[in-house]
Amino acid sequence: MAGRETAAKARLLTAKPVTLAEDTRQRSPWVDAARRFARNRLAMLGLFILAVLIFLAVFADVLALHPYDQPDFTVQANELPFIDPVHPLGLDSAGRDYLTRLIYGARTSLLVGLTVPLLSFSIALPLGGLSGYRGGKIDFFIQRLVDVCTAIPQLLFAIFLLSIIGSGVGSVIFVLGVTAWVDPTRLTRAQFLTFREREFVTAARAIGASDLRIAVTHILPNAMAPLLVAFTFAVPLAIFSEAALSFLGIGITEPTASWGKMVGSGIGTSIRVYYHLALFPTILVALTMLGFSFVGDGLQEAFDPVRSRS
Amino acid sequence: MTGYIIRRFISLFFVMLAVSAIIFILMNAAPGGPFSYGDRGYSEAALNNLRRKYGLDKPVLERYWNYLSSALQLDFGNSFAVAGNPPVIELIARTWPVTLQVGLYTIILSFGLGFLLGITAAYHRNSWIDSLATFVATLGITVPNFIIATWLLLIFGFQVGWGEPGKWIIPPLWNNGPPLLSADFFLPVMTYALAPLALVARYTRSSVVEALNADYVRTARAKGLRERWIMFRHVLRNALIPMITILLPQVPNLLTGSLFIEVAFGIPGLGKFFVTSFFQRDYPMIMAVTLLVAFFWGLTYLITDILYTLIDPRVRLVGAGGG
Repeated sequence: MAGRETAAKARLLTAKPVTLAEDTRQRSPWVDAARRFARNRLAMLGLFILAVLIFLAVFADVLALHPYDQPDFTVQANELPFIDPVHPLGLDSAGRDYLTRLIYGARTSLLVGLTVPLLSFSIALPLGGLSGYRGGKIDFFIQRLVDVCTAIPQLLFAIFLLSIIGSGVGSVIFVLGVTAWVDPTRLTRAQFLTFREREFVTAARAIGASDLRIAVTHILPNAMAPLLVAFTFAVPLAIFSEAALSFLGIGITEPTASWGKMVGSGIGTSIRVYYHLALFPTILVALTMLGFSFVGDGLQEAFDPVRSRS
Repeated sequence: MTGYIIRRFISLFFVMLAVSAIIFILMNAAPGGPFSYGDRGYSEAALNNLRRKYGLDKPVLERYWNYLSSALQLDFGNSFAVAGNPPVIELIARTWPVTLQVGLYTIILSFGLGFLLGITAAYHRNSWIDSLATFVATLGITVPNFIIATWLLLIFGFQVGWGEPGKWIIPPLWNNGPPLLSADFFLPVMTYALAPLALVARYTRSSVVEALNADYVRTARAKGLRERWIMFRHVLRNALIPMITILLPQVPNLLTGSLFIEVAFGIPGLGKFFVTSFFQRDYPMIMAVTLLVAFFWGLTYLITDILYTLIDPRVRLVGAGGG
């Protein structure tokens, strides 16, 4: 407390006098937010982790030394040392190169992590917007739907749906996408409720703008910041859910590589000897989650510096 | 207030009704069924007999109606998939105590330790203990618990020898119900507690920090009250009120169990039914498990709302009437 005050005083004393030209130049709130974001060290670390992940995911075909779905029959899996010149991190129980599968796991994670929020937000934006903007009967109906869907935990419902439509990458994305719409819908509704009665909306209505136009070009840009933050937090949640489902053995199916699945099979009977099989994917999942949440926290602070400081 | 509670219970009833209808109709509309999964090699005639035995030959709506009327009399049917077709209620009664026990220990550990950590971190802001609390909180909130389970298993389970995966599966231990305390609880509870602990610590910290900066605390300090007195009578009392809305929703989560913890440590609890019954199309079990969880959640939201008004009279419930 005291330290922070003296630091602030010192900054005040050493600050250069503000010139008029600098003072009057207008900056958009987005540029302000970007600057605050760039100053946040943890957020930049998160961004770096994400950059590495995206690099791995995009260039997996080039980076990986072996095919991810072909077992190497020239070595016996149970005789393979942990560090080996040909297979640096060894082989999995099916005899496939572990490093290769870890790299391809990034692809699966990011694919699920990005498509699931896209799907759930494309359900949530219209539903929440309609609910908040129109109110009345539509709002009542959508809110009861939200009530019912809150009653079942998301992952439980996702498992239920998976048991119906079967496992696989596509199923996982679909199932997680259609079960994750509740929270963003609530948020969108709250945002639209806040802005619905504001002067600029009334003004737009007065000059005869259509409801759709008001919602898309007037309210949505103003409601964007918290939605963007929510989206950033929805990505690691989707990655977590995919890993969790795969860990249980009901998510991603073979031969696609998935970190969650690798943890799940690594934790089985072989964990005593082949501890690295469980260890490496857990580290990658943890790093991914940390990276996204650092970026999310950074965005939140950048957009809303007053509220998130404590 | 009474009217409000009654209304909320009625709406909870309708939510449960909707949940049961959605789950029942979806699981029945899906292709396949409880006896056609996998490769059981039943002949067509045997399959038809099985379907008739369990009443699956009737139309979905009729079956839903039958289910509903017997469920309202607390008869949730018999399991299709578990050997011997025991009543679903019995299965839950046999496995839930284990889950409840793990959940209760988790609540005690996480809430207790979380409060302590949060309060200490808030009081000694920007010290090493604050950084430690932030680190634990970040780890606990962001890293999934099955990852933490793996780490703890790698560190303690094998290097130190405090627990082993699969050890809990051995059933004779549980014939007379779970033991009150056993070393087996250590790792699962540790793992399970980390996330709620992180949440509790984080919210306690920010809430206590806010209270510490409040005017009434400054007044208390100016009056010359002892620091400990200020902390307990002024800061904590006010700081912990808003926590109820954050902490209570954790409870149903913890009491219905985490299937990841149960899978990772081989705990013979309720959680395993979440996956097996769904994939074996064990209809009565699916319905019972989902309804149980939904009921628990609904009840907790209700209790949270009521407690909140009792503690903070400024909050008025929507639809609670004037006054």
